[in-house]
Amino acid sequence: MTEEKFDAIVIGAGMAGNAAAYTMASRGLKVLQLERGEYPGSKNVQGAIMYSNMLEKIIPDFRDDAPLERHLIEQRFWMMDDTSHIGMQYRSDDFNESRHNRYTVIRAQFDKWFSRKVREAGATVLCETTVTELARDSDGKVIGVLTDRTGDMILADVVVLAEGVNGLLGTRAGLRETPKPQNVALAVKEMHFLPEEVIDQRFGLKANEGCVIEAAGTISRSMAGLAFLYTNKESISIGIGCLVSDFAATMESPYELLESFKNHPSIRTLIAGSEVKEYAAHLIPEGGYRAIPQLFGNGWVVVGDAAQLNNAVHREGSNLAMTSGRLAGEAIFLVRKGGRPMTKENLALYKSMLDKSFVIKDLRKYKDMPALLHTNSRNFFTTYPQLLSQAAQNFMRVDSTPKLDKERATTAAFIKARSRWGLVGDAVRLAFAWR
Amino acid sequence: MHILICIKQVPDSAQIRVHPVTNTIMRQGVPTIINPYDLFALEEALRLRDCHGGEVTVLTMGPPMAEDALRKALTYGADRAVLLTDRYFAGSDTLATSFALSQAIAKIGETFGAPDIVFTGKQTIDGDTAQVGPGIAKRLDLLQLTYVAKIVSIDLDAREITVERRSEGGTQTLMTKLPCLITMLEGTNEIRRGSLDDALRAARSQIVKWNAADAGIEDLTKCGLRGSPTVVKRVFAPTARAEKAEQIDTTEKTSRDLAEELIAGIFSRQPALEDELAFDGDD
Repeated sequence: MTEEKFDAIVIGAGMAGNAAAYTMASRGLKVLQLERGEYPGSKNVQGAIMYSNMLEKIIPDFRDDAPLERHLIEQRFWMMDDTSHIGMQYRSDDFNESRHNRYTVIRAQFDKWFSRKVREAGATVLCETTVTELARDSDGKVIGVLTDRTGDMILADVVVLAEGVNGLLGTRAGLRETPKPQNVALAVKEMHFLPEEVIDQRFGLKANEGCVIEAAGTISRSMAGLAFLYTNKESISIGIGCLVSDFAATMESPYELLESFKNHPSIRTLIAGSEVKEYAAHLIPEGGYRAIPQLFGNGWVVVGDAAQLNNAVHREGSNLAMTSGRLAGEAIFLVRKGGRPMTKENLALYKSMLDKSFVIKDLRKYKDMPALLHTNSRNFFTTYPQLLSQAAQNFMRVDSTPKLDKERATTAAFIKARSRWGLVGDAVRLAFAWR
Repeated sequence: MHILICIKQVPDSAQIRVHPVTNTIMRQGVPTIINPYDLFALEEALRLRDCHGGEVTVLTMGPPMAEDALRKALTYGADRAVLLTDRYFAGSDTLATSFALSQAIAKIGETFGAPDIVFTGKQTIDGDTAQVGPGIAKRLDLLQLTYVAKIVSIDLDAREITVERRSEGGTQTLMTKLPCLITMLEGTNEIRRGSLDDALRAARSQIVKWNAADAGIEDLTKCGLRGSPTVVKRVFAPTARAEKAEQIDTTEKTSRDLAEELIAGIFSRQPALEDELAFDGDD
């Protein structure tokens, strides 16, 4: 075959890769997308909640045919100790608008749909093809890729690395460091089948309405972590994730945490009688702003999880991935339209576009949060949930103790556990990390 | 040489689940694959082409999404793919399927050259009948070699092929004239990994799509549900039996002891069987 050259090669067919490939292909660029999985989505794992606004910016009429599960009308946040949960929840009929704000999705199905859109936009998509190496010219500019299939290198003006959190290729090529264990969470997840009506009844839902629960507390056994439960149409996704460094230090097993979470009295009844359909595990980049690597270079840009773009505080990842993929695609399109080469200098446009977007602004807002939660994980994930739960119980339980004594006991418990200065310090640190 | 291979897109049976409430098979969301038996036939076809030259055409009948299976076959290195798809084919049993496929094969012969060999897998994992291959051979009046484990040699000048066929109690070495139909056994080879060029070509190929008319099928009463005497009345998961499996302790027992224990166990649960078999006893 004659040596063929593409305008852009996208490595990976997840949210970021599909967004980038679609953005470029729909603007007339000759795009090749390479995916190592058997089909797009086969390697991808997410909770998963999909955010409409960010997808609308790529495919405005996605609701016409995208496989969506339920639109979310309710979110619960639970602080848990071993037997109780104290929570905050928000439910609004306003979320039953015609253009729903958030949906639960099943990534295997959703990604197939997204990939079909990418192909319809004109990109060439090859699955079961792993990129083994970035090809460079004598000046070090990335000029294409080599794959694990027999054949020559494939040339392109620019390579978009959307290879996911592990980023093996980028690391091997020296474009980034190996992610640090304290900047990566390991999450495990199960899909539990339940009939649609049962889910509707248990969560008080109707007509494709959905509910999500995010939970933190003693379930993570003092590690920095969160558990979740999302309602799909005919199944429930349930999972838990903690920092890899914490797993390493405590020698806890992820699946044991998930078993405990599933058996928690507050959760057990919600999933009772269900059948496990699927088990998955994945890494999540949680290092936040300070862990973002170099995002562009001579002939390359990096997007999505591979660029560590994930908002751990708000549990948002796929929208940052989609947006970074889209902006990379737009930047490449603009550079090309201007007739300029894909040099580091010109591709800096991607970074400046990303800086102006919510992606970097949000991550910058929470830049100190990962370190705070990591170094104080026992307080935030065990001590406070226990104290809050005890306080709530003290408030609810009716006996002959005078109310004033109850309040004093609660206050005393907080001070005993964290001391006055400790409480003030935690509040100040949290407020600073949040601001 | 023109080699044609019939493949089928099937649900990955390893991933099929039963609905816990309705006890029906849940097909939704189950990934589809190329019938694994067909991959052995495809690899054999590709090897023959690589050795002797020619073309490999892949044919399937199915819904539009069966295009994925054909594209995958092209990724492995097949030269051409034809998708036979029409709502008239819906609900086909093996009789109707072999009719439609044989008509399409005849049409492919007219369009791209008559095939010297038609391959199919031994059977499919969703139907398990092993009837479609022989059905095609019969309709096209092709010599048929079923359960082939190995292609020993092929002589294109003499138009002869020699194969090893596995049968009960041994292996037969058979020679026959071309054209012929071969159904390939599993485990005979391993499907290759297509080259980058093949993968790129597959990703961009236009799959030839034929409806009944395109395939030259005039008699629609032989197609689909109307042409299918077999009717699936119900699909369900068998309910678990109340009886539990029992393990027989084998330590320090002769095989005779074990056999007797086993027979006694069976008779204790099926007394009628004991009476029935007693009449056959001649000792």
